[in-house]
Amino acid sequence: MPIDVLIAEDEPAILDSLEFILKRAGMVCAAVTDGEAVVREVRRQRPRALVLDVMLPKRSGFEVLKLLRADPLTHDLPILVLTARGQAQDRRNAEELGATAFITKPYANAEVVEAVRLMLAPANKG
Amino acid sequence: MLPADLIVFTAIGYVGLLFVIAFLGDRRARLGRTGFLRSPFVYTLAISVYCTSWTFYGSVGSAARSGLEYLAIYMGPTIVFIGWWFLLRRLVRISHEQRITSIADLLSSRFGKSSRLAVLVTVIAVIGIAPYIALQLKAVTSSIQAIAGASGGGAVSSIEEVWLALGIAAGMAVFTILFGTRNVDAKEQHHGVVAAIAFEAIVKLAALVAIGLFVIAAGGGLEQIFAKAEAAGVDIYTTDDFGSRWVALNVLSAAAVLCLPRQFQITVVENSNESHLRTAGWAFPLYLLLMSLFTLPIALYGLVALPPGSNPDMFVLTVPLNAGQGGLALLAFIGGFSSATSMIIIESIALSIMVSNHIVMPLLLRATQGRGPARGQSVSALLLNARRFSILLILTLGFLYFYLTRNSGALAPIGLISFTGVAQFAPAILAALFWRSATLKGAIAGVSIGFVVWAWSSFLPSFGGSSPEVAALLAEGPWNIGWLRPEALFGLDGLDPLVHAMFWSLFLNATALVGVSLVTSQSPLELVQASAFVDVFRRGAGRSLQLVRGGATAADLFFVVSRVLGTDRAEALFQAEAQQLGVGRDELLPSAEFIDRLERELAGLIGAASAHVMLSKVVSGDDISLEEMMRMADETQQAIEYSQQLERTSSELRSTAAKLEAANAQLLALDQQKDDFLSQVSHEVRTPMTAIRAFSEILREDDIAPNDRQRMVETIHRESLRLTRLLDEILDLSALERGERSFEVGPIDAEQSLDSALVVCEALARQRGVTLRTRREPGRAEVTGEANRLTQVLINLVSNAIKYNSSAAPWVEVASRVVDGHHVIEVSDNGPGIAAEDAGRIFDKFYRGGGTGSGQSGAGLGLAISREIIASMSGTLSLVRREGGASFRISLPVAQATATTP
Repeated sequence: MPIDVLIAEDEPAILDSLEFILKRAGMVCAAVTDGEAVVREVRRQRPRALVLDVMLPKRSGFEVLKLLRADPLTHDLPILVLTARGQAQDRRNAEELGATAFITKPYANAEVVEAVRLMLAPANKG
Repeated sequence: MLPADLIVFTAIGYVGLLFVIAFLGDRRARLGRTGFLRSPFVYTLAISVYCTSWTFYGSVGSAARSGLEYLAIYMGPTIVFIGWWFLLRRLVRISHEQRITSIADLLSSRFGKSSRLAVLVTVIAVIGIAPYIALQLKAVTSSIQAIAGASGGGAVSSIEEVWLALGIAAGMAVFTILFGTRNVDAKEQHHGVVAAIAFEAIVKLAALVAIGLFVIAAGGGLEQIFAKAEAAGVDIYTTDDFGSRWVALNVLSAAAVLCLPRQFQITVVENSNESHLRTAGWAFPLYLLLMSLFTLPIALYGLVALPPGSNPDMFVLTVPLNAGQGGLALLAFIGGFSSATSMIIIESIALSIMVSNHIVMPLLLRATQGRGPARGQSVSALLLNARRFSILLILTLGFLYFYLTRNSGALAPIGLISFTGVAQFAPAILAALFWRSATLKGAIAGVSIGFVVWAWSSFLPSFGGSSPEVAALLAEGPWNIGWLRPEALFGLDGLDPLVHAMFWSLFLNATALVGVSLVTSQSPLELVQASAFVDVFRRGAGRSLQLVRGGATAADLFFVVSRVLGTDRAEALFQAEAQQLGVGRDELLPSAEFIDRLERELAGLIGAASAHVMLSKVVSGDDISLEEMMRMADETQQAIEYSQQLERTSSELRSTAAKLEAANAQLLALDQQKDDFLSQVSHEVRTPMTAIRAFSEILREDDIAPNDRQRMVETIHRESLRLTRLLDEILDLSALERGERSFEVGPIDAEQSLDSALVVCEALARQRGVTLRTRREPGRAEVTGEANRLTQVLINLVSNAIKYNSSAAPWVEVASRVVDGHHVIEVSDNGPGIAAEDAGRIFDKFYRGGGTGSGQSGAGLGLAISREIIASMSGTLSLVRREGGASFRISLPVAQATATTP
């Protein structure tokens, strides 16, 4: 089954909640918990969108973002960046590195679902 | 005619006589019966130490060779003593006020008490005088050879010239050491020696006059002598008598009578009363006149009466010998011997004062780091030994010069080399006395350049007769550079070598002095000293002469010391000393050690030499006006205060700027740290909050399966506990960091805390499949701490070791023992270890080694808190990096009363 959304999140509780709300919104999800796995699984499973936490082990969300944007296969993959650090600097970094959307933790579930839904809409399909 | 033995015994006997005179003179002086010793005539006679064996023998030789040229050597000093009386008076006044002990001291003192200049002047003087000493050796050697040779051989004549000269040099060294270094006087006055020198002045004058009268008698009157000479075709009226060389000789001899160390010693240092100069002003020129009166007749008579080819330098001896006048010849020999010995004695004493004061003592002080002589050694004993050593050195140099140039000719040119050498001090001395703006750098530049040019154009060429290399250099110049030829510098060819050397050395010397002085500035101390020198006659009129007499009292010392060090520092020193001796501050009797300590204190501020002089004035009870002493101290104090003030101001500015910079950096760092901390806290709070918010939103809806609902509630509960723990940890840590302890410490058994921790961790280890083993070998040692907190730390360490152990066969080992009074607990594992780049930050707040993830439980505050807790129990928590894992080591000091293991 093709994957709609790959979720990259190392906090088990948060991952649990994200999977729950996105599945309930009808999306097919897969999950990874470290930065290296993100890159590997994006190439392998070709998801239509990526939800990416910044503070990941092994490779930070920003590094992953940079790698994916530099790769022709993934350079237009819609990516939602999530961060718990909530600083303006993080948002600027994310935008500069080419994040499609940026949300600070904690968030309203609807906010995340809406953002992912927008990314999956036909207009954003690369 | 004269047996060698007689000559030798006469010489030794004469020296013995001199010694008796000096001894008696010293004794009289010590008993305070200075009487005739302080007479202006003794002083004047002593000044005639100017007339050495060069004058005694060489004038006649010079007259025989070059006519009236010899007169110039007498003219210069005569001009100075009659015409420049004011200059001498100024020199003497300044030297008395400034306690000058030598010409090096004079220049050093004027130019800011510079030790560099003192050393320079000393070195130049020692080198410059070497030819002069050699000249005396040569004269005495020749005179002995002349007499003994004429008497038909004997023991002396068979001795080689060199050995004879060496013997004489050695004898002179012993003699001078016996004479000049029997004691050290703060004023460097030697009454006994001066008395002996005055006696010698009479002997040499008497001898010369006797020969002169004999010649006139033998020659049948003056007219006859001149007529016979003319008849014999002796023409000594050379055409160039009053040309450039004549002028040069006048200038040089005028400079020499000021600059020669021995003249400075006698005229200035040994002067006990300024008014004596007035007598010397006419009596010394008169003495010179008498000395030169018979020069020409003796020369003419000798040229006629003696066989052609006779050495005219020895006419004074050979004329009476030839006439069969043995007694007269012996008198002449004694006269020449007198001239040589008096010169060598005074010159060596003067030079040895310079060498020991400006070179040996400073080196010694430096070698002992300013602590002065070791216990049991007195300063004066050291000084005396330094002087003795210096005398040996000076005579050795003189002998060496004699040895190297033994093949070159007459007496007079050798003396002129020394004259030109010491004349290099003249521009600096004149500037010191009259030119307020002359600077230290100017003086050093002038003297150095003058010395170098002199060494090149005058000193070096004197070796031309004995060294082919030097001769080649004279002819070709170095590397065939013609304009560097020593006797034709810058292409100035065809001049008399003496005039040439004098012109260039003094011209460049004076130019450098003036030029450099104009472009450099004076230090505060130089300013003060310049004024003290140049304005010497403008102040101090009608000074009251309150005298400090007798041994030093604490009050006297305090007075001087506080002037320099300031009252507070001085008071502290005196209080400390009184306390140490267990006496009242007012009953303090200064001991030698205490004075020594004071001197060292002073030396730190005003230099060793000045400090020594200042204190020795008080200690030796030498007469000195209080006011003068006060002024001396005040000047020093002002200069020091001024320079200290400048130094303080600029160093204050510097340190203020540095402080501001540091504060700014600290603020920035604090700011950054606060930002980092808040950002970390924010992250650590937001993470559990995110899960809580997400699940509580979901739970608000109705259609959630019961098992999902159950799981979500548990997650919310767990995450809120995590949040609470985090906040507790932050508060705990910040309290610990502020040094506030929320727990009471007391004697605890660390092993019990370890037991409690292990119970908790064993379950975790089983669950994770990690082998937990222990190796415990402590005695029952109590430490000071709080049991629960120690358990908390141990749980933190052990559980971390378990949780982060990714090894295939993971184990964690807890070892405890008592070592060197410390209870040491080590928690080791075979996990991934701590990377080198993490080791330095592992105890930082929120720092989690190995990547950026937060997935592992804990906020990264555990180690930071643990370290603070252990620190609050006076222990240490440290990381021990090793291969194949990591160890954390807790080390707690064992409470002393309960220590059972050493």
